[in-house]
Amino acid sequence: MSQPNPIWSFFASVKLALVNLLILAVTSIFGTVIQQKETTQYYIEKFGQSTANLFQIFSLDDMYNSWWFLSLLSLLSANLIICSIDRFPGVWAQIKADNLATPIKRLQQMRLRHEWVSQANTSETETKLAAALNTNGWKSERRDMESGHLLFSQKAPMSRVGVYIVHVSILIIFVGAIVGEMFGYKGSVMLPETQTTSQIYTFRTNETIQLGFDVRCDLFELESYDNGMPKAYRSKLTVLENNRVVKQKDIVVNDPLTYKGVTFYQSSYQPYQQFVVKISDMTSGRAVQATLPFQKQYAAPNSPLRFGVINAKAAGQSVKEIKLWLKDQSETPGNYWLKNGEQKIIEHEGTSYMVSAKQMYATGLQVARDPGVWTVYVGFTLMICGLFVAFFMSHRRVWIYIREEDGQTKVLMSGSANKNRGAFEKTFNALVDLVRK
Amino acid sequence: MDSSQLLGITTFTYLFSTILYAVIFIFRAKNLGPATTAFTCIAFLIQTAGIALRWQESYQMGIGHAPLTNMYESVVFFAWTIILFYLFLEWKFKVRVIGAFAVPFAFLAMAYASFSSGISQEISPLIPALQSNWLIAHVITCFIGYAAFAVATALAIMYLIKNASASRNVTDDSTLLATLPKLTVIDDLTHKSMVFGFLWLTVGIITGAVWANSAWGTYWSWDPKETWSLITWFIYAITLHARYTRGWGGKRIAWLAIIGFASVIFTYYGVNFILSGLHSYGSQ
Ligand code: HEM
Repeated sequence: MSQPNPIWSFFASVKLALVNLLILAVTSIFGTVIQQKETTQYYIEKFGQSTANLFQIFSLDDMYNSWWFLSLLSLLSANLIICSIDRFPGVWAQIKADNLATPIKRLQQMRLRHEWVSQANTSETETKLAAALNTNGWKSERRDMESGHLLFSQKAPMSRVGVYIVHVSILIIFVGAIVGEMFGYKGSVMLPETQTTSQIYTFRTNETIQLGFDVRCDLFELESYDNGMPKAYRSKLTVLENNRVVKQKDIVVNDPLTYKGVTFYQSSYQPYQQFVVKISDMTSGRAVQATLPFQKQYAAPNSPLRFGVINAKAAGQSVKEIKLWLKDQSETPGNYWLKNGEQKIIEHEGTSYMVSAKQMYATGLQVARDPGVWTVYVGFTLMICGLFVAFFMSHRRVWIYIREEDGQTKVLMSGSANKNRGAFEKTFNALVDLVRK
Repeated sequence: MDSSQLLGITTFTYLFSTILYAVIFIFRAKNLGPATTAFTCIAFLIQTAGIALRWQESYQMGIGHAPLTNMYESVVFFAWTIILFYLFLEWKFKVRVIGAFAVPFAFLAMAYASFSSGISQEISPLIPALQSNWLIAHVITCFIGYAAFAVATALAIMYLIKNASASRNVTDDSTLLATLPKLTVIDDLTHKSMVFGFLWLTVGIITGAVWANSAWGTYWSWDPKETWSLITWFIYAITLHARYTRGWGGKRIAWLAIIGFASVIFTYYGVNFILSGLHSYGSQ
């Protein structure tokens, strides 16, 4: 390059990258020591007015979204882009280089080289060596020169691209994060069993977001281990569009439901002092479902059926057994103990009913729409692949130059690798032994 | 024989292994080498059996899960990966004195896991958030990285000691420190360990992010644990760049290896016990 532009050089420099990464590492500590996203009041009480003011000025209460932290990340991106543009053409030239045009002088000066005298003439020697390279996994090209013959073989020239894949992957992750930030949202909703919602509320700002479809919680179940620790939170969710069921799934923590780019995560729950009771007459097939508070009688519409929950046994907050009271046309009431959530057939004065009763819960759903997440995942994948290539693969090259000198066939074998030279030296020496056999 | 007995024995076998390596180093007792390696391998197998048994025991208790889910289990696994990585290094590069510096890390980890009053050794059931294969992948990959960084630190300490001595350029049997490998060899191994660790740390951070996304819908939330793992990642990225592009080596890289490992320890331990955050389950 002729006169490098100083601004360009600044952004292309690795020194800048080192300093920037150091600043990022050090400043990131602040946000782990200072509780983030608390109220102004919290900082004043904890740190005093003047320190709290300082936090305000430097946005230390939300530093990872602050202007200066985002500027550092932008600088890192600019640095990565310009550094790559600056260097990549040179690397590409090395990948595509015509290695058979390498000056013989260079081959004679390479650190890894071996010279020997062959008993056969030059073309026989060449044929034999090319075959030996080939059988040992080094496919070669050849060229005749005025002074002799040159064989060349290489492995993994494209591995030079590895570090660029790593650097581009960082940018791809940033793009994914920005897309998610601009076009996505994160929110939550507390949805009682049997109820339907078409909207959720964003975190912090508490805006209402219309989903464009409905979500119903059919059931929430809480499973516990014997020692009382929670084992599973499970919600049976149904997605409806225009009152038509379009998707159903039981979600648990770590296994969400996604519909039209919106994902519902199981995050919490809330128990109620209410019960969901279902009763169906096995002969007529008529079914009634009701949500009722404790000890309140429910009258089924257009039917003599009356029922209610009159007693319950609980462990902590969760109900284990429920005593159902029921009366129908027979006018004789009956009481039935049911396990929470269990379906059971009961005979009441000559009529069979399928009944179930359970404590009512609301399921706490975290709701996220993040159209950038797949971009981020592509970045993740590329980063791992790129690092693997950059760290464990190298561009290895081997030349064999055969010429006639003083009536003898002289052979020069040279090699080079762009990384991990110690390991390549062993490979090279082994290869020399193999082809000389 | 139950798993806690086996893991308890492991602590002492690693102590004994440390002593053997130290004897080889201090008394230049090279002939003890093969026996020491064999002993360390046996200690490693005992620990492997202990971990496997703990796994099985959790199934017998009806709460089956891989033994990688609380502070105790992760420290035990840390010790296991350190020995695994160290034995690999010894086998590959045939330098046994590294053991005198690396094996103590595994012993200290086991001793901390066994004797610290702060961590419970009980096998406890998994709360819903921890029931994920991504969590297993996350813990395994992070700890492979951490183990490599621990060994890199052992090498860095070795480098700094030898570098400060009069026999820094000697490699023979004339003095104690002369028996250590050549400075360039130690430097190269330190670097290789850090490169290996960096790859796995990266995979560890990524699997952690994917786990968080499948559990909460956020792959990155800047909680202290995540942030510290990123700080650690920055430190090693700086180290690798300084070496590749500015030709740093020797003392500087050795110090960076130590600083990086200090950051690992803080990410792992300090955040749980000093700061708070989502990952505080580890403090149970
Ligand atoms: C602004 C930021 C950065 C710049 C300007 C930069 C620049 C460079 C340069 C010039 C190289 C040497 C390439 C070569 O030898 O051909 C390199 C190598 C590398 N960089 Fe970066 N880098 C940056 C950030 C990062 C970050 C954040 C990472 C984190 C993973 C990273 C990972 C690597 C790796 C793994 C190598 C491999 C070195 C090798 O194997 O030769 N870089 N970087």
